[in-house]
Parts: sequence; structure tokens; C-alpha cells
Amino acid sequence: MMRLPPFARLAPRTLAEAVEMLADQGPGAAVVAGGTDLYPNMKRRQVEHHALVDLRAVEGMRGIREEPGGGISIGATTRLSHLAGSSAVPRALAHAASVIASPQIRNMGTVGGNLCLDTRCSWYNEPEDWRTAVGFCLKAAGDVCRVAPAKSHCWAVASSDLPPVAIALGASVRAVGPGGERTFPVADLYRDDGIDHLALLPGEIVAELLVPPVDGLRVTYRKIRRRGSIDFPELGVAASVRLAPEGICEAATIVLGSVASAPVRCREAEDLLAGRPLTPEVIEEAAAAAAHPAKPQDNTDLSHVYRKWVIPIHVSRALQSLS
Amino acid sequence: MTVDPSRTDDLAVVGTRRPKIDAMARLTGEARYADDLSMPGMLVGRQLRSIHAHARIRSVDTSRAEALPGVVAVITGRDVPIAYGVLPVSQDENALAVDRVRYVGEPVAAVAAVDEETAEQALRLVSVDYEPLPAVLSIEDALDPSGVLIHGEGQGANVHKAVALEFGDVDAGFAAADLVREDVFSFAGNTHAPLEQPATLAALGGDGRLTVWSATQAPHYLHRALARVLELPSSRIRVVAPPVGGGFGAKTDILPHEVAAAKLAMVTGRPVKITLTREEVFHSHRGRHPVQMWVRTGFTSDGRITAMHFRSLLDGGAYGSFGVASTYYTGALQTTTYRIPAYRFEGLRVFTTKPPCGPKRGHGTPQPRFAVERHLDRAAEELGLDPVELRLRNAVEPFSRTVNHLRITSCGMRACIEEVVSASGYHGKKGHLPRGRGVGFAVSAYLSGAGLPIYWNDMPQSEVHIKVDRGGGVTVFSGATDIGQGSTSTLATIVAEILGLQPEDLAMVTADTDLTPVDLGSYSSRVTFMAGNAAIDAASKLARLVAEGAAQRLGVPPEELVFRGGQVAVRGDPRKSLSWAQAVRAASARGALMTSGVYWAPEMAGPYRGSGVGISPAYSYSAAVVEVATDPETGEVSVEEVWIAHDIGRAINPVLVQGQVEGSVYMAVGEALMEEQSFRRQGVHRGPSLLDYKLPTTLETPKIHTILIEEPDPEGPFGAKEAGQGPLLPVIPAVAAAVEDALGVVVHEVPITPDRLLRALRAGHRGKAPVIGPASVPSFEFGEPERVQPPVGSPAEVAVP
Ligand SMILES: Cc1cc2nc3c(=O)[nH]c(=O)nc-3n(C[C@H](O)[C@H](O)[C@H](O)COP(=O)(O)OP(=O)(O)OC[C@H]3O[C@@H](n4cnc5c(N)ncnc54)[C@H](O)[C@@H]3O)c2cc1C
Ligand code: SF4
Repeated sequence: MMRLPPFARLAPRTLAEAVEMLADQGPGAAVVAGGTDLYPNMKRRQVEHHALVDLRAVEGMRGIREEPGGGISIGATTRLSHLAGSSAVPRALAHAASVIASPQIRNMGTVGGNLCLDTRCSWYNEPEDWRTAVGFCLKAAGDVCRVAPAKSHCWAVASSDLPPVAIALGASVRAVGPGGERTFPVADLYRDDGIDHLALLPGEIVAELLVPPVDGLRVTYRKIRRRGSIDFPELGVAASVRLAPEGICEAATIVLGSVASAPVRCREAEDLLAGRPLTPEVIEEAAAAAAHPAKPQDNTDLSHVYRKWVIPIHVSRALQSLS
Repeated sequence: MTVDPSRTDDLAVVGTRRPKIDAMARLTGEARYADDLSMPGMLVGRQLRSIHAHARIRSVDTSRAEALPGVVAVITGRDVPIAYGVLPVSQDENALAVDRVRYVGEPVAAVAAVDEETAEQALRLVSVDYEPLPAVLSIEDALDPSGVLIHGEGQGANVHKAVALEFGDVDAGFAAADLVREDVFSFAGNTHAPLEQPATLAALGGDGRLTVWSATQAPHYLHRALARVLELPSSRIRVVAPPVGGGFGAKTDILPHEVAAAKLAMVTGRPVKITLTREEVFHSHRGRHPVQMWVRTGFTSDGRITAMHFRSLLDGGAYGSFGVASTYYTGALQTTTYRIPAYRFEGLRVFTTKPPCGPKRGHGTPQPRFAVERHLDRAAEELGLDPVELRLRNAVEPFSRTVNHLRITSCGMRACIEEVVSASGYHGKKGHLPRGRGVGFAVSAYLSGAGLPIYWNDMPQSEVHIKVDRGGGVTVFSGATDIGQGSTSTLATIVAEILGLQPEDLAMVTADTDLTPVDLGSYSSRVTFMAGNAAIDAASKLARLVAEGAAQRLGVPPEELVFRGGQVAVRGDPRKSLSWAQAVRAASARGALMTSGVYWAPEMAGPYRGSGVGISPAYSYSAAVVEVATDPETGEVSVEEVWIAHDIGRAINPVLVQGQVEGSVYMAVGEALMEEQSFRRQGVHRGPSLLDYKLPTTLETPKIHTILIEEPDPEGPFGAKEAGQGPLLPVIPAVAAAVEDALGVVVHEVPITPDRLLRALRAGHRGKAPVIGPASVPSFEFGEPERVQPPVGSPAEVAVP
């Protein structure tokens, strides 16, 4: 890997200061937290930034707190290893954090960085020489998509592990920007566009992840990857159900990661579950439907065909574990 | 005084479990690897690499790079125009491409600058005018008569090496068979991925001599190549191999950056260091060849092999490297495990526009071993025989000769088989585990050192010197490189045993062409056997000198002295003794205490061209049983447990042998399930990083039960044979067999990725044959084979050292 290119590093002490610095630096500046995603991408010259606003020293942005009205707030610079080891958060969320990357990376990587992780593609997350040899692509300096050249759309993959389970938990993010702060559902943070995948307003910084009280919701997260550590998800399946006492599913949320440029909600499958008991037959039916909205492309390690094939299997297993 | 290195009892340090003598240095960071070295005024070298899989170089303009402040020199192919290659028959590579590039990542120019950033920036200022040529990415492409020629102009087949040999009458063998079976197999290419990225520091001394510190497994071959390419007499070049952080074959070839660093040091007059980035290591490669194989074997109804015809097609990449040897190796060792009365081998290596393939742990033999073992499993099925029984019926005999003139001496294969089969409970498990779980079994053999050096010469294959100072300090000089396998510790243990000292007492000087005598290098599992025997020779001579001095002082004949526990004592009368230091003082009064030991392999080559490949003074044997857990719905496989027995002859240090066995199992699991050096159609590597290239982690590493079979080899040092490569071989076919047992899918190809396995399982659900593997191999006209008479008179004579 090449070395990092030169850039200015700014170290604000408050969130307000961070927002101001980011605005001052103008386009081409970005925030950095753990740097576990951003720095390798900069070393490979996928992105260039003349200035980085480092959030690590921002006060009050790190840590897990119980909210006065119930629920939990997880500061954006909370480390993944902290989240993974926390008993204050829903088990599925801690589990999702525990299967991200490797122990060393979890010690540096943050929750905010994970939520805002750049989309990935096997034609993009490559060194500059490599991309020079193949030709650049839409996402960086090129004019064609190498995966699906016919369309001028980028299919880079939303590959972070926390968003699907955060959505299944009904979590929100609080973002702070030059125009003030706003709180919105995690799902609304994403756009299904591999290039412009975050729906943050210019200059906005994610301040915290807000998880509502679990309150009987059953939640799970399954991660499919090549090896037991290090690897990004080839498929992520988050599911939550609320069961009535007699076992009838009152509400279900199924979210797939790594099959599009944003987490994918499986509404058809969710509807199939609503009002029915989680019997093996119902689960199979819903699992088959869950694959419908997913259109994986051939841009991760395992083939898109394989990833499509195994969606129903893993959705089914996820639902079984909740029934 | 007598030393009997084959004595089986009464050993003081040989056979004891102890840490490597350099363990603490390596653990604490005290060991200085090539990239840790630094010198005043040192420049950083970087290489500009081709972005084309195949192109003519019209011109290279370095002027803008040279003008960049901080850049001291820029060189191109014109500055190092002499081609080289590790094998004398394949002098086809230039450190920097001269008029053509043949793979993405091939070095085209090199810069030396004051720091890495400046060097990187300079590379961007070098402009190369390329005329792209068609990429050639497969064996089929390479053989297409209308395709381009990678070496040379025009069209034709890109054949690097084609061999066809027949030993005995194969047709008659097939005619006598009750069953003749054919199968095809494919083995993907993969790479070594050593932890230490290769690095080279070169510096010209005030005396005009060039010193090159390089992470190399074979300083001697690098020394020779540098003399040739730099047009310097060998005597003006010193090559030093610092501790090496893993090799597995990646550092046996002469690598372009080694030459570039040396040339830049000469041009600039300043020290220059080049360290490859991880991406560059994937370009540098020299790893496992992708091989397609076809095999036909005749069997009698009771399972005895009557004849075998084996064909292998190797995708060699852009240059020769060790490829001629690799080609022969894909055909050489089939006969070392099974009695094959008639054998025909056809091997082909083609050039393609990809990084050159070369030797990786097992060099050219894991692929055919995979094919032969799986093929025997198929035959066992068809014959209704147990796979273990089929192997036992065909097992080679110790002290015999194979049909292709290999001399087999000690052979612990039967013991290996019996041990793993019983320890694993194989027979109770095969076919009886719940669906999704399965067991597989396979055996193999490997060389303890190649019988011949890679360039013809009649000098010893290894020399060891020992010098003793007047206080009793012993310094051992050996050209062997410790690449982490522990060769330095092993040599120290051997010398210590003979002198009655502790390995930690010795000073070890290794792999430095100014200071140490020649050892051909740490490849082909040769160091313990060959350097070990040279060390025995040197130590025995030294013991004799010391004994003569001590004998005079003690008033006994030297033959009555024994060396033990730091004492030189009269046998049977330990009170009559001198301390080692006193004995040394007595002996020093008679002259200098300095000895040389040598090792020559016995003459073993058969009466045919290519017979130098495959011969070895001894073969190690291994057998493995693998148990897997699979997911029948998703095609995921996990190797749960491996039982492996390895016929080591004698474990000089069981800890190190076990380490080699476990490391081999680890690497085999990666090759069986996930590792693949593969390329996109543009000829670029699919993922030149340790994230994308899937090496197993500790979580994928199974529980390993290592069983060592110790039946001393008559020619091995204290009876030892190799451990570094052989144990990899049986594991890959055994994993495949276990997956078959678990799921009923036929596995004739590795790696067994979830993608491939699920595709086969789904084909099975649709009523098709569930198979992972090729339908055929590319066709090639080998022509009439060279016919070789099998050896007459089977017992093999053993050279007693
Ligand atoms: C080898 C390897 C394996 C990995 N495996 C996984 C994996 O399995 N699963 C997975 O999910 N991730 C994985 N990652 C990616 C990454 O390590 C994690 O997602 C991590 O959580 C990123 O957090 P960070 O703080 O390091 O982010 P950074 O690298 O600091 O930032 C990532 C991106 O988010 C932006 N950002 C950071 N914080 C904020 C904020 N508060 N507001 C707005 N934008 C922000 C940055 O500008 C940047 O674009 C892997 C990375 C590596 C190198
Ligand atoms: S999906 Fe297409 S445009 Fe997007 S990163 Fe991959 S190759 Fe580039």
C-alpha cells in the first residue's frame, strides 16, 4: 500500500467546533473517527481530502448512555469493541459489533464510522495502479461502471454490519450540521446509490445512534463471510419480530446488508409474516420472498449468484432463531 | 573417538524439545529483518510497474522524474539489459523490462530517492509509451495457434516446456488390467503470502565491493545472478540473508527488486533499499502453478496398479523461473508412494501474461498428489475396496527402486497410514457420520533435498565450517538461510550433540557469502539433510582434533574419549575428564582448531533427460485423515480436525518438526478451501491484498494431531528426513475426500469455495451429477514419449555416510 498523501488534520474539542471546522474547510474536507476505513481508502487513492476533522477528541461523543425516557444513546465515536462488550445494548447489536473486522480494527473503529462507511466494490477498493490498469470507474475518476457497464449507475455495496440491525431495532441517528440538528430513522441515512450513498446534508456529522427500548422485540443478526474474522459481510441479515403471547407475529422487520448500496428492507416478506404464527411453512414462504428485493452484483468476493441463492436460507435461519 | 550419527540411543540434545535458539530475538523484535536495516545516506528505491498484461514498450521517458528534487537516479531496462533466470535453461527475465512487458505488475523502471514519498512521486513522472498486445490468460489461450507469442514474434503456441516419458510398457500394463479408469482434475494457482514482504538493501563499499542484504532463501543463487547481470566478478559481491520472515518458496528465485536495488546502489554510490508493498508481493509471486491434470490407471480386480498414464498442463505465467523443474515435478513423485510397474508422464508448461509461477511448498507435487489421491479414491469406489486398503496394497517397499529410477530408502508409509487411521477412527466414521460431516484420507511422499543442484557442478551441495577460539567458544558457519523453519537451531543442535555441548552455547554465522561456505539454499527441504550432514562431518572432524589434544593430556588413546555435558571424558570412567575449555586448550596447542565438513548427495540420476528432478537421498512419507463439517444448504466447509502422521526419520527437535507439520496443515487448508491467485480479464490480480486473498485465520485452523514416525534413515543426519513440505501434501486431497463423504459431491478441483460447492449441490438437486471439477483438460499433442528402461535389480544400495 502507498503512504497516506499529505492532508491537514484538525482536532476539535466540541461538536460545534467540529461542525464549524468542517464547514470552513469547504468541499474536499471530511471527518475521520477511527480511520480504519478512511485511511486505507486514502492510501489507495480512492478518495482525496485536503483536510480531515478528527472527531476522536470531541467531548461527549464517546460512550453508551441510558436515555432518560428509556432507550440508549451510543455516541458516534464509541469504539466497536466497547459496543461489542456492552451489556447495556440489545444483544443483537453487540453481536453485530463483535463480528466486524478484527479485534485490532474494532479497537479503533467507531460506531459513527461504521454507520457512515463508504460503499465497497471489488473494482474500486483496489490500489491506484490496479485501477489504472483496469480503467477507473464511475465512483472514482472514471466514466463507466466496471460491474454493469450498460448502466451509468454505481452498485457499490453497503458493507457495514451495524446498519441492518440498527434498522431492525428501529434506531435513529442524531446528526448535527451547520443548519442545526435533526434526528431521523437509521434507514433514512442511506440512499441506494453507490456514489452518493449517505443522505446527510452538507457538513452534517453523525453525533449518536439512538436505540429505543427493546420492549419484547426479538432481534437477531446473521453475518455471512468467508472467514471467521477480518472479512466484510458477503450478506448480512437482520430480523426483528414482535410476537403476541399466542405466537402470532404482530410486526416484523427484515433488513439485508451487502446486497445493494443501502440496507434493503424486505417488505413483502415482512407482510407475509404479519398476523401469522412463525411456523416452518410461514418462515419458508417469507424467506423466499425476502430474496426478491435483493439484486446483488458481481462485486464482492463470493459471486452474486451465490449471494442471491443463500438469502432465503439465512433469512429462514434468522427467523427460526426468533420463533 | 568415534561418532556414530545414526546411533539411536544415548542422545543428549538431538530429539529433545527445545525452543529455537533465535526465538527470543524474533519475538522481541531484536532480530533485524532486511527491511529493518538502515544505513547513513540510504536512499529509498521503488519500482514502476506495468499496467498492461502484455505490451511492447516503445519508449520510456525518465527526464521529468530525474528532474524532481530528491530523486537521485532513475534506471530502466536499458541499464540492466542482461537477462537472467534461476535455472540455466531459462535465462529469460530482466530486472526491468527492456522492450516488452508480460504481466501487470512487471517492473519497467526503478527510482532511488531521498524518501518514499519522493520516490512514489517520481514514478508518476516516468512516462512509458506502450503498444498494447493481446493478453494471454489461460492454457487454452496460450495454445491457440492464432494467438500471440509471448516470447518472440508472430503466432504459435506458447510452449515453455513439453516432456513425454515412458517407463516400462504402459500399453501392456493397461491390457493386463481388469479396470482402467480415467479422471480429470484442476488445481488453482495460489501464492505463498509470507508475512515478511521481500526487501533488499544494497550498498557499495569504499573498496568498491557491493554488499546486498536480501530476504532470500538462496543467497548463493542470488550471488551468481547478480554477478552475471551486474557484470561484476563474484568476488566483488557479498550477499547476506538476514533472518527471513517466511519464504515457502517466494524467495528462492532471483527477484527483480533484488537486481534493481543493487544496480541503483552502483549507479548512485549510496545505499539503496527496496521493500515490496503487499500488492507487489502478489506481482512478484513465483507461487503455485495452476495445473490441469488427466490421469488413466489400470488396476487388477484386487486393486493392484498395472500402469499409469499421467498428463499435466501448467499455466506458467510470464517467465521460466523454476518452471522446467516444476513441470517435471508434476510427474516425478507419483511412483514414490505406489508401486507402478509401467508409467507414462506427459507434462506441459505454457507461458501466459501473468506473474511468473514457481516453487511453493511442495513444488509441483501438491497438484498431482491431489489428482492421484482422488483418482485412487474413485478407483477404490469402483473396485469396491476400502481406500486405505487400496493404498496398502500398492504401497512401495522400503529400499527399492521405482520404475522411473528413483531410489527409495527408508519408508515409513505403512506406519503413517496405520497410525492416522487408528488415531482418527477413520473406519468407524467414513460413511457413518451424519450428513454434512465427513472424513477423508490420503498419503504422500516428498524429497529430503533435491538430488542435484540447479546448475550443473560437481562441488558439494553443502559445506559447513567450524572454528573454535582458545577459550572454547565454537562458531559454526553455514550458508543456509533460516527462514523461520529453524534451520540454524537444527544445525546448532547437530553440532552440539557431537561436541557434547548445548545448542545455545554455539555462535551461529549463516547465509553470508563473505563469511560462510556455500549451501545451495533453503529450498526443496534440503537443509536438515544436506547441511545437517555437512555439519556432522565438520563437527566430527573437530571432535577428532579436540580428542587428540585431550587424549594426550589424559594419557589415553583418543578413541576412548566421549563428548558429553561439556566434558571430554574417558569412556566408562567419567572421573578422568577435561572440561570442554580445557580440552580445547590442549588441542589448540597442536594447531588451529578449524574444520570443514561437506555433503555430496549420492549419484542417483537415472538414464534419461529430466532424471535429475525427483531424485533425493531420502523421502519423507505422510498420511492424513481430515474431518470436515459442511453446511449442505450453503456450501460452507470447515475443517474440524486433522490427524497427520509424518515419517521424519528422526526429529532433531520435535518442537520444530511439529511446527512444520502444523504450518503445512494450515497452508493446505487454505489451498483446499479458499486461496486462489486469480486474475481478471485485463490480467490484473483479483485482489492483491491480505483482505481479498483469503488466507485462513486462526479461526479456520483445525485441531491438529501430529504423530511423528521415527525410524532413522540410514543416510540422514541422526536419521532425520524432511518436515517442511511433505506434510502439506496429503491434507488437500483428504479435505476433498472428506467433503465428498459429507455431501456426496465429487470433488476434483480445489479450492472448494462455497460458490463451487453450492453450484454442485444444486446441480445434484436437479438430478445432475454433483461435481466440482473440470470436464476435460486442454488438448495438446505430446508426440512419442522417450522410452526409458525400468531399472534392473530392485534393491537400492544405500551410501553409508
Ligand atoms: C480489514 C478490514 C476489515 C473490515 N471489516 C469490516 C466488517 O466486517 N464489517 C464492517 O462493518 N466494517 C468493516 N471494516 C470497516 C471499518 O473498519 C468499520 O466499519 C469501522 O466501524 C469504521 O469506523 P471508523 O471510525 O474507523 O471510520 P473512519 O474510517 O474514521 O470513517 C469511515 C467513513 O465515515 C465517515 N465518518 C466517520 N465518523 C463519522 C461521523 N460521526 N459522522 C459522519 N461521518 C463520519 C468518514 O468521513 C469516512 O467516510 C473493515 C475494515 C478493514 C480495514
Ligand atoms: S459498482 Fe461500478 S461504478 Fe460502482 S464502484 Fe463498482 S465498478 Fe465502480
